[in-house]
Amino acid sequence: MEVMVILVPLALCLGLAGLLAFLWSLKSGQYEDLDGAAWRAIADDDPPEPTPSEKAAGRA
Amino acid sequence: MQATRDFSHYVRHAGPGLAHIDLAVEGVNCAGCMAKIERGLSALSDVTLARVNLTDRRVAVEWKEGTLDPARLIDRLAELGYRAYPFEKASAENAEAEQTRFLLRCLGVAAFATMNVMMLSIPVWSGNVSDMLPEQRDFFHWLSALIALPAAAYAGQPFLRSALRALKAGGVNMDVPISIGVILALGMSMIETINHAEHAYFDAAIMLLTFLLVGRYLDQSMRRKTRAVAANLAALKAETATRFVGAGEVRDVPVAAISSGDIVLLRPGERSAVDGTVIEGQSQVDQSLITGETLYAAVAAGSPIYAGSLNIDGTLRVRVSAASEGTLLAEITRLLDNALQTRSRYMRLADRASRLYAPVVHATALVTVLGWALLGASWHDAIVTGVAVLIITCPCALGLAIPTVQTVASGALFKAGVLLNAGDAIERLAEVDHVIFDKTGTLTLPELEVTNAAETPPDVFALAGQLALSSHHPVAAAVAQAAGAKAPLVGAVEEPGQGVCGKIDGVEIRLGKPSFCGAEQLVENSAVTDPEASIVAFSHGEEKYLFSVRQGLRPDAKAVITALQERGITVEILSGDREAAVRAAADALGVNAWRAGVTPADKIARVEALERRGFKVMMVGDGINDAPSLASAHVSMSPISAAHLSQSTADLVFLGKPLAPVVSAIDHARKALHLMRENLYLAIGYNVLAVPVAILGFVTPLIAAAAMSGSSILVMLNALRARSADDRVRSARAIRSFAQARALSYGDS
Repeated sequence: MEVMVILVPLALCLGLAGLLAFLWSLKSGQYEDLDGAAWRAIADDDPPEPTPSEKAAGRA
Repeated sequence: MQATRDFSHYVRHAGPGLAHIDLAVEGVNCAGCMAKIERGLSALSDVTLARVNLTDRRVAVEWKEGTLDPARLIDRLAELGYRAYPFEKASAENAEAEQTRFLLRCLGVAAFATMNVMMLSIPVWSGNVSDMLPEQRDFFHWLSALIALPAAAYAGQPFLRSALRALKAGGVNMDVPISIGVILALGMSMIETINHAEHAYFDAAIMLLTFLLVGRYLDQSMRRKTRAVAANLAALKAETATRFVGAGEVRDVPVAAISSGDIVLLRPGERSAVDGTVIEGQSQVDQSLITGETLYAAVAAGSPIYAGSLNIDGTLRVRVSAASEGTLLAEITRLLDNALQTRSRYMRLADRASRLYAPVVHATALVTVLGWALLGASWHDAIVTGVAVLIITCPCALGLAIPTVQTVASGALFKAGVLLNAGDAIERLAEVDHVIFDKTGTLTLPELEVTNAAETPPDVFALAGQLALSSHHPVAAAVAQAAGAKAPLVGAVEEPGQGVCGKIDGVEIRLGKPSFCGAEQLVENSAVTDPEASIVAFSHGEEKYLFSVRQGLRPDAKAVITALQERGITVEILSGDREAAVRAAADALGVNAWRAGVTPADKIARVEALERRGFKVMMVGDGINDAPSLASAHVSMSPISAAHLSQSTADLVFLGKPLAPVVSAIDHARKALHLMRENLYLAIGYNVLAVPVAILGFVTPLIAAAAMSGSSILVMLNALRARSADDRVRSARAIRSFAQARALSYGDS
């Protein structure tokens, strides 16, 4: 049972770390746009230049 | 006089040398749009940040100060195919966003605490049947207390505050039993822990808070989203005024930047965004948004002019007496204040339930304590059992029963094109059995349309449309729109108050008053006798045509009225317009009960008379003259084109041209109310089963935790059924798609 001396504080610290990470993410505005975040995750980082036809479509 | 656009009102400092602006953008709904806008704006030199918020449909842009005119950003977005307009966060919205963040913080704290307490509780529960030493159990209880107490003190704030507010006001709401339950559970667990006893309920108490915070957060974020969309729509109306900045120099500024005493220019075809007095010029104005009257009123120097009036044919200079927000007729303000006072009497279903629930639960707990004491148990055991009753009855499911349904239902309404202004509107809407419609702008479309376009050869009509583009007159604008004209005719000249003329292939063409086109004879012979229509003539050499232009009924108005009547709802029209015009609309729609020439005070009197007879009245209207009756009705609805004041007074706002959202809103609300009741019964049924077990003293922390989460999940799953209303909603959808198809076939592009 001596292992509890390590395990219990460790578990509590992990929990606290999780909470702090959550609070940090909240503070940095990561919950402001949940719909957008869902899409950004799968968007290309460095998109190719739009082709002329796409540009034309954009202007229509 | 060419006016430059001036958006400096909206630009903020974002840091050293950086300017920031928030734009509401129309039509952003996918990842593609997001990337396109961000890339398109970032490509402008000196733009340092362009970030789309897909939830709120907005984009934030920052650039090096002084290098870029904000109007350039809007033009760039227009090039990319998006209509955008700068927008200023209302203070209500900031408060709402702050509240959302606070709830999320509470939820985070509660959820992490629950996870950790559970991690400690499970060994205790399983240890009870195996070989845990009492010292180890006590140690785990102390650790749980260490986590749960501060977490509950923080995360319980929303409930404690609201409970205190209710108690101070002398009432009871759902948060009162919740707060008492949580405080007693924690207090008792603490005492038990100090006394080395076996049962502590830290896990149940903190889990309860977590579940309830989930409900609150969902409710809040739905409300925030609705508010954001409503604010965007208001911003995209792009209300500007042309202000004089020098003797002959004018500038287009947003209405928010206008203050009283400014002098603004009002050109033909423009809608006044301010209240004021005419100081120069004369014209006719359409005040239908204010009074419901569709006949034009003549104004000259010295006449008052109200926000929402449409200037028809002359250029006016107006001295501003009140800018957008403060605008109003004194009489309407007074009526509105009275009506708003009476409205707050409605008591929400949740509060009615908790008014019954709290005394019953607390009495049961007390009886349990006294009962056990009388039967000879020790006071300690009796109190522990009594608190266990409170914990098991703590209205976890009850607290979730209504907010979850409300969240799901308002999401469904949102999809159906209805925005909620008031949180309890769904409950009130479900009870409606009498609907009063305003005519102008509500049953009819706010824009004018040409009713006899089909009688004119298409090529002639197209030509008339092209010519009409050169005029600012609203009737001409309607002709241009109906003809789908894109390019104006070169060299066309407008004669103020008469019409426009131009030349094509050497032949003179004219569009305007019949006398201007030499078509008086045609008017006398014509069969157009519509009292509401404006007649505009078109001449092409010697060929002459007449167009009849009027406000048309919403395409699905008839179907909607029939659908309402099928649901056993009485329909009535109250309008400030002339009798002939109202009679024509009522006949076309098959409504027997109608009154014309009604003043705002009459409208309120009618609503109140009906309410006294026990009807639950819904008022649907858009004009400023409707605002007081919107406030006094049981529930009210406005189209998005409504005057500011009416829209902010109405409980619900519907988007788009069709009237179908009125029906689908009622259907969704009825279904939602049904589910709310069902959820309440589910929650109560669960209590009926669990309470005897608790009274008998068999409840352990494990049973409490399992029962609480079980009932909460049940109630949440039931709430999801509010997403799809019953068959009637499907029929309302059919009405809508039919109307859309019709609108398309009319060439409404």
